[in-house]
Amino acid sequence: MAIEKLLIANRGEIAVRIIRAARELGIATVQVYSKADKDSLAVRLADETVEIGPPQASKSYLNQAVILDAARSTGADAIHPGYGFLAENAEFAAAVEATGLIFVGPTAQSIRLMGDKVAAREAAAAAGVPTVPGSQGRLDSAEAAFALVERTGFPVMIKAAAGGGGRGIRIARSAEEFHHLMPQAQAEALAAFGDGGLYVEKLVEGARHIEVQVLGDGHDVIHCYERECSLQRRRQKVWEEAPSPSLASAIREQLCASAVALAKAVSYRGAGTLEYLYDDRTHEFYFLEMNTRIQVEHPVTEMVTGIDLVREMIRIAGGERLRIHQDEVRVSGHSIEVRINAEDPARNFLPNPGTVSALAVPVGDGVRFDSMLYQGYTVPPFYDSLLGKLIVHDKDRSGAILKLRRALAELNVEGLATTKPLHEALARDADVQAGCFHTAWLEPWLESHAATLAAPSPAAKVAP
Amino acid sequence: MATQQIFSPLPGIFYRKPAPDKPAYKSDGDVVADSDTIGLIEVMKSFNEVKAGAAGKILRFLAENEEPVMAGQPIAEIDV
Repeated sequence: MAIEKLLIANRGEIAVRIIRAARELGIATVQVYSKADKDSLAVRLADETVEIGPPQASKSYLNQAVILDAARSTGADAIHPGYGFLAENAEFAAAVEATGLIFVGPTAQSIRLMGDKVAAREAAAAAGVPTVPGSQGRLDSAEAAFALVERTGFPVMIKAAAGGGGRGIRIARSAEEFHHLMPQAQAEALAAFGDGGLYVEKLVEGARHIEVQVLGDGHDVIHCYERECSLQRRRQKVWEEAPSPSLASAIREQLCASAVALAKAVSYRGAGTLEYLYDDRTHEFYFLEMNTRIQVEHPVTEMVTGIDLVREMIRIAGGERLRIHQDEVRVSGHSIEVRINAEDPARNFLPNPGTVSALAVPVGDGVRFDSMLYQGYTVPPFYDSLLGKLIVHDKDRSGAILKLRRALAELNVEGLATTKPLHEALARDADVQAGCFHTAWLEPWLESHAATLAAPSPAAKVAP
Repeated sequence: MATQQIFSPLPGIFYRKPAPDKPAYKSDGDVVADSDTIGLIEVMKSFNEVKAGAAGKILRFLAENEEPVMAGQPIAEIDV
């Protein structure tokens, strides 16, 4: 059943992206919005709009009953959840289908399976996809733990089974350290959590974050190659690119084949991303988790493959089979995306909502700006700080970096501080230009470049 | 005795508790020191503490828990 009217249960730049894709497919759009978003670009663009509640996301964008009512009252036949909010909520996906509507995404069962870390790891292992070596479950004795680390090798992380958020983690670099730390960790876990159970996991130091884009129709699955997103601050990606600058082509084929094997094993439907840690010294990769939705950084894949991922996921949700054969997916050139957030790099990334008093958007061949901004728009303080994404594409990586510098110089957002100066500094950095980085690279770099970031950038003074 | 208002330093959502399952930082009638935290403002998913800014007794809160507030909006009145 082809979709005729699509409700977008999201906001910001991704809502705009989905409206554009739907319109290109001849599908009418319904944008739901909170009171704080009544002047948003998505609301201005959509064919119909429905207010769904106050600014707080818990009372609007996360309110399942109100969103389902909006779909019924407007006669929408499908709901696109975007990313965040309800995108990976299995209960919502089930409720949408129970109402007789289409959920643009995977089945509730797939969301539930991949949302459960232990189940996802087991599914990966069953499909022959490597995971970070470690204990399958909790270890209650030091002997059992030591037998395990003799197989995984050092360094290892010792984690409290009942812990979380980094609490109770110790790193052992040798057998001596392990024997010394293990009883301490057990005693501390017992004291802190009332449970002395531990997990042991190999520590992959200096690992890169590489992820594989897949598209499935519930029967077949193809991959659209990988993205590298190693430049992260507080586990938030700030710069993403495709292809990865660090993968040899033989490893790339193995990595992408593993992603397809796992997605096929769970009969995956829609757009999904499998995240991996990659050790560029040993060329080993380890599956971390699968995100069962479209991702923020999807445009870099679109730029290098020419595949419109959002249009494809809508077509699949409407009942079409995959239209692209794996042999037809080819990577051409290099693409980089940088996140333009309402955060001030000169003031430790302080969130900075405000009114856009002037806006100049870069254009030209191979430059794309996916954003929610327009001149005069007041960015509300209630949601995440992503304003938009500047994406460039060129023949090769060095060409893409030069184009990024050119496009950043043309981008001018006045009225609020953004992360543009961070990206200008990164694009001039020798390590970034050489592709020499890993997931723990950016935070120390930010500390050592705090003075540079605090100074007004020369480009800002000569903005067009 | 003078009455002084405590203003929200940022726009966002005002919370009176450190976490949903925790008790409120302060209640109407509580005595506060100037460095005491009286609430949190969530702006773009980052949480910022609001200090009393003066010693005294909280007469009343002017903003509810989880209420959207603007920068400069009074959120409580204290007797100093």
